[in-house]
Amino acid sequence: MEDVLVIGGGNAALCAAISAAKLGARVLLLECAPKDFRGGNSRHTRNIRCMHDAPTGILTEAYRESEYFEDLLRVTGGDTDEHLARLTIQSSADVRAWMAEHGAHFQPALSGTLQLSRTNAFFLGGGKALVNAYYRAAERLGVRVVYEADVRRLEMSDGRFVAALYTQNGATQRVEARVLVAAAGGFESNLRWLREVWGPAADNFLVRGTPYNMGWVLRELIDGGAQMIGDPTQCHAIAIDARSPKYDGGIVTRLDSITLGIVVNTNGQRFYDEGEDLWPKRYAIWGRLIAQQPDQIAYSIVDAKAQGGFMPSVYPPIAADSIPELAAALNLDPDSVAQTVRDYNAAVRPGSYDHKILDDCTTSGITPPKSHWARTIDTPPFWGYPLRMGITFTYLGVKVNEHAQVLLQDDKPSPNVFAAGEIMAGNILRKGYLGGIGMTIGTTFGRIAGEGAARHVMA
Amino acid sequence: MSWLEPSLATEGVRIMTICNACRYCEGYCAVFPAMEKRTQFTPADLGYLANLCHNCGACLPACQYAPPHEFGVNVPQTLSQIRVQSYQLPSRKTILMLGIGMVGLLFITLLGSTAPAALFARHDGGAFYDVIPHDEMVRLFLFAGAWALAGALLVFGLRYGAFRGKQRADYRAILRGWSDALRLVNLGGGGEGCIEENERPAQTRRVFHHLVFYGFLSCFLATVIAAFYDNVLGWRAPYPLASLPVIFGTLGGIALLIGCAGLFSLLREHDAALSDKGERGRSILLLAFLFAIAATGLLLLVFRGTPAMGVLLIVHLSVVFGLFVTLPYGKFMHGFFRLAALIRFASEQGE
Repeated sequence: MEDVLVIGGGNAALCAAISAAKLGARVLLLECAPKDFRGGNSRHTRNIRCMHDAPTGILTEAYRESEYFEDLLRVTGGDTDEHLARLTIQSSADVRAWMAEHGAHFQPALSGTLQLSRTNAFFLGGGKALVNAYYRAAERLGVRVVYEADVRRLEMSDGRFVAALYTQNGATQRVEARVLVAAAGGFESNLRWLREVWGPAADNFLVRGTPYNMGWVLRELIDGGAQMIGDPTQCHAIAIDARSPKYDGGIVTRLDSITLGIVVNTNGQRFYDEGEDLWPKRYAIWGRLIAQQPDQIAYSIVDAKAQGGFMPSVYPPIAADSIPELAAALNLDPDSVAQTVRDYNAAVRPGSYDHKILDDCTTSGITPPKSHWARTIDTPPFWGYPLRMGITFTYLGVKVNEHAQVLLQDDKPSPNVFAAGEIMAGNILRKGYLGGIGMTIGTTFGRIAGEGAARHVMA
Repeated sequence: MSWLEPSLATEGVRIMTICNACRYCEGYCAVFPAMEKRTQFTPADLGYLANLCHNCGACLPACQYAPPHEFGVNVPQTLSQIRVQSYQLPSRKTILMLGIGMVGLLFITLLGSTAPAALFARHDGGAFYDVIPHDEMVRLFLFAGAWALAGALLVFGLRYGAFRGKQRADYRAILRGWSDALRLVNLGGGGEGCIEENERPAQTRRVFHHLVFYGFLSCFLATVIAAFYDNVLGWRAPYPLASLPVIFGTLGGIALLIGCAGLFSLLREHDAALSDKGERGRSILLLAFLFAIAATGLLLLVFRGTPAMGVLLIVHLSVVFGLFVTLPYGKFMHGFFRLAALIRFASEQGE
């Protein structure tokens, strides 16, 4: 019998395992990925959103609790649990010291992300380096880690955790523990589940995050009596290059050219205002926009004026000297695309272009409009990028209280089941996206869950 | 034809393109900020970036795209392979043969030209010139020094184009480049240190490298002071224990012994995934030479008053000669290439 069983191997799981072990509990951590791919989606992260009342370390100016909370309300449309959200935000104030104590190093905001230098603390080397440091810290504290341990089944009795069944190298093992910390992520890697939610369109999604979040533990908890929170269609999904791998493409697959040109669907038609707002405020909506288009695909088209104006992309652009040639190279109907570009060019009004602000370069007389940065597309070479929706993580989760205890159908907390990270992030963020808050939620609730689990064992 | 194999150039471009779209490693070292200033990667760019890389290895375990990910990104190893080609050196085997051959040749020559009576005599406090006449020793090392200098200039000159920025480096860039090189800031893994066994970051490689470099410098200084004593002041070796040449030589020799042994043990642990086999081989060869120079030099100091002095002197001089001869074609050159790259980096960042 184990003291504390942690299922999951990302940031939240490690924060829980470290916190429980520091209080003296015997901790076993089951990570379903092989060692090389450990860390869930945390290996793709790069920063944590932190409140602070004054400049501190690498964070500039101030980012107060009130502003942080307003940012959260804005992206979620107010659909959050204020108590848990404020708890998370407040705990982010001193979280970096705890992280550094366990091996995290920080660096100034990366070039190209200066808009985040006030709000987000970047990990030196990114999320995988952070996860590596946490594994070293956990192992120093005596946490036992088992890789490739795929938990498919939880034995629960009246909302109480009894044992977990996991397969490893084809053999099934049963492990009993006095407390469970479920930190096994969402279900974005589970194509069958995505198809249940989205229908056949899901076949055209790419999973930008880990291939290992199958959602087995989430489903087992729900079946075992946990209250569900969030909408299964809600996820963080952005526009990524359609040539990206099916899984695990991570940061490099994103494309930042959308605001600089136009985006057409497979019929060669524009479908959304590409210049609605500054790109950092809009990139997170483009995944869903593309998912709603025929065949779930779209194409970003820019001309020579835009080139060099966006972060270099990992796949080369598809280039041509005329719009019809570009359309043909993208397998689109040249006449429709040419017509769309002609209509758009004719609608562009003169203005003074400045990509850093909401400038006055706009269109008139077309639907949808392009509200900012509208410049004619007329200077070869023309570049095109095919785009698909890339899911990073899902928001469906289990409901928890401020002690990270999983709430059962009768609103009572489970006596020995805690949850942390993506599996419960929906309590706070179940719609929209706020960069770096996933790590704040995972770290906050990982620590609370780990400490609560250890206290439960010690009591 | 480019100095860089086409397949390696393609791989370098592929990897730098992925890194440039990611940038998570920006805080580790100069390679990444330098890369971000580019969208195209010519062989000259790749040579420059490869020589900015100090092979600390911090970016490999941090990389979400490292093998076995299908992108298979391995920056340290790829840059190590490019770096070796950028030196345009002969093969390890050639250097090894050249080194051993020269050491052996000199040893036999010196041994043969020394009267047996003088060789094994008990010299009073180390009368080196009884074994090898003063003028002969000076001629020998003038030749070796000229060979090393000419070769180094030739090898470096061939590749210099890759390290020349768009504009001349000003004095600030030159100072910054020297400072970065002398402090080995890029071997610090952004404060985490290089990656040792079990992927644990540590600063040990940097410390050992400092011991080797400053130990070597101290020995070099001892030689320069001795030459000054000899040629300007007319004071002939051997010098007393409390003299500057002996003090600098002894301290430098001890530092070299520790540093070389340390770096060698780290190199053996250094995951083969991090560097090119050819580069590791050349590193080991240089470490072996430096270790042998330090060891024989210290032995010579201890036993200079005994009949063993004659043979020890010849062995020591032979090894030093071997280093000089192989210097332009071996790992030793990395110092010049890295310094040039660091000065260019400082110049670019200042633009």
